[in-house]
Amino acid sequence: MSLNEKRRVFLKGSLAAGALGAAAGMLTPGAVLAAWNKNAFTAKSIDEAIAAADGSPVTTPSKDITIKAPDIAENGAVVPVTVVTKMKGVDSITLLVEKNSTPLSAIFHLPKGTLPDVSTRVKMGKTGDVIAVVKANGKLYSARKGVKVTIGGCGG
Amino acid sequence: MTISRREFVRLMGLAGAAGMLPASAFAAARKPSDLYEVPKFGNVCLLHMTDCHAQLNPIYFREPSVNLGIGKARGKAPHLVGKAFLEHFDIAPGGIEAHAFTYLDFENAARKFGKVGGFAHLATLVKRLRSERGDGNTLLLDGGDTWQGSGTAYWTRGKDMVGACNKLGVDVMTGHWEFTYMDKEVIANIGDFKGEFVAQNVSVNEDALFDYRFADFKGFDEDSGLAFKPYSMKSVNGMRVAVIGQAFPYTPIANPQRFIPDWTFGIQDERMQSIVNHVRENEKPDLVVVISHNGMDVDLKMASRVSGIDVIFGGHTHDGVPRPVEVSNKSGKTLVTNAGSNGKFLGVMDLDVSKGKLKNYRYRLVPVFSNLLEADKDMQSYIDKVRAPYKDKLEKKLAVAGETLYRRGNFNGTFDQIICDALNKVNDSQISLSPGFRWGTTVLPGQNITMDHVMDQTCITYPETYRREMTGQEIKAILEDVCDNLFNPDPYYQQGGDMVRVGGLDYVCEPGQSMGKRISNMTLDNGTKIEASKKYMVSGWATVGSKSPGRPIWDVVADYLKEQGTVKIKKLNTPKLIGVKGNPGIAS
Repeated sequence: MSLNEKRRVFLKGSLAAGALGAAAGMLTPGAVLAAWNKNAFTAKSIDEAIAAADGSPVTTPSKDITIKAPDIAENGAVVPVTVVTKMKGVDSITLLVEKNSTPLSAIFHLPKGTLPDVSTRVKMGKTGDVIAVVKANGKLYSARKGVKVTIGGCGG
Repeated sequence: MTISRREFVRLMGLAGAAGMLPASAFAAARKPSDLYEVPKFGNVCLLHMTDCHAQLNPIYFREPSVNLGIGKARGKAPHLVGKAFLEHFDIAPGGIEAHAFTYLDFENAARKFGKVGGFAHLATLVKRLRSERGDGNTLLLDGGDTWQGSGTAYWTRGKDMVGACNKLGVDVMTGHWEFTYMDKEVIANIGDFKGEFVAQNVSVNEDALFDYRFADFKGFDEDSGLAFKPYSMKSVNGMRVAVIGQAFPYTPIANPQRFIPDWTFGIQDERMQSIVNHVRENEKPDLVVVISHNGMDVDLKMASRVSGIDVIFGGHTHDGVPRPVEVSNKSGKTLVTNAGSNGKFLGVMDLDVSKGKLKNYRYRLVPVFSNLLEADKDMQSYIDKVRAPYKDKLEKKLAVAGETLYRRGNFNGTFDQIICDALNKVNDSQISLSPGFRWGTTVLPGQNITMDHVMDQTCITYPETYRREMTGQEIKAILEDVCDNLFNPDPYYQQGGDMVRVGGLDYVCEPGQSMGKRISNMTLDNGTKIEASKKYMVSGWATVGSKSPGRPIWDVVADYLKEQGTVKIKKLNTPKLIGVKGNPGIAS
């Protein structure tokens, strides 16, 4: 898909969301966020967060998960991260930032037939790993990628 | 004493006759009769310059005595200095090449062999090689850091260098400091440049794409989102040569993002692989090369991960490496070079290419000695014209050098110390911090220090100074952060600069340690221990995040110098190092 087309799809997506938002205008925020997994997103440790998000803290490291993220972040406040896997039967992809005080950044629930290829931006306070947990056929797999957050400057 | 061309030829002849030149195959390829007679070989000749940092006139440049390799890089090119360097590359000590490539006996040798570089002298060399190889058989590649580094480049916003490069006939280039002007100036400069500007690793970020300000720029591709053309196809002696560009991957981190908010960089080696594959499949190339501003360690790693590149012509780390490093990868071998800095060298690679294959090559990193190459008249008059409006200001004498003043090396050079001392004195601070750039020319003892020299060391587009309190803990955090950019064992996490320079502060550094554990025993000049929670008055310059409030650094340094008369360094704030004994990257 060309970037142009991608943008069009993105625009459609935003419009749909906008329309939904309008229809849902009468809902209180609490009701909208009913599906928000509070325990997972407020968990202070990696294991707790994964357990709350995916049911168990135990994951198997997998080479079939690719995390695309910069080696050194250009801006720690918005670090672009993409997770792609060739695995079949993916139910969800969970993204965590190891050194954040609340490590869980995102949970993507993938409806059946969706390509397991998700992108978002995460906030990183300091240098550490980005962790992706893929739930496929009821099992948990994981991968890590180091991202350095630096004060910048002083380059030659 | 400076030797003349005629004397030089005589000396080289004598050296050859007396068997003083090593008899290796590498040395045999050199003709002792003339440093600039590079024997012809093959059918394609690629000339490579990089990191001249806008030095239009000849200058002195001292190579480092500290260029440490840590972990797997220990003892390997380019992390060799002095005698270890000469031994590794089989260069006879005491001669003109030993002087060109090392700091050994710098002062005497510099007086003997004279200044290096200068675009008028480089132009003569380029013209000579181009005519010897024949019309259409060469390409001149520029690895970047060309449009920044001198007073005139700063005041003309890089335009003096665009003009000089057009005269020199640069065919293809990539960049780093080129991106430290405002984005619209970068786009305008590239528009004026007659060669091609390539960079496969610079994209327009997603937010900017919606309403991109430079959508009309011809290098921009909306489908791929790339801000510049990723590669260029050139015909050289009938051979199809692909030149892929790799800009400095960490430009928006090492330099201000605020000047170029729409562009995102990174190493992007997966994209590099897909572009190499695309070129190999669709362009029917006979040769695929990369001009890279990664820095040599990053290039060596990238060459091991990406396959299908014949040669990476590298820059950024300013390593004058006489022989390419051959790196094995999945589909064969990639040659990696690095061609020094400040206009001191021209890389000359002659390649034997046929039917899509590189069969063999010869490489020489030719030092540009300005006494041995006549100035090209046309280029010289261009340089004189460019400098004319600024000449009086630039040539103003500020002080006299009491010793060799230089910057390059992993830790404080003597010129850095002047900058740091000036900051502490003029700004009345206890500690000063100055960036570990690798550019900046050298001044010999007895030479006048002029505004030209001060600008050579300081002229960036974010020169403002600051004075503020910092805790001991904050100062340590800065030192640790920069130290990791220099010594992280994984080159992809390095940024290619040297350690931040300090004034009024001593410390112990263990490069082999991990992030956060390299710096210890921080003390003030008088020996008082730095306490983590105590506040200290610090001054510095070159802040990337936001504009600092103070005067430009060059005014601070000039004010200081004017009061000095003859400048001698009282104390060099270079750290005590742990764990580097026997490392051939440090002078013993």
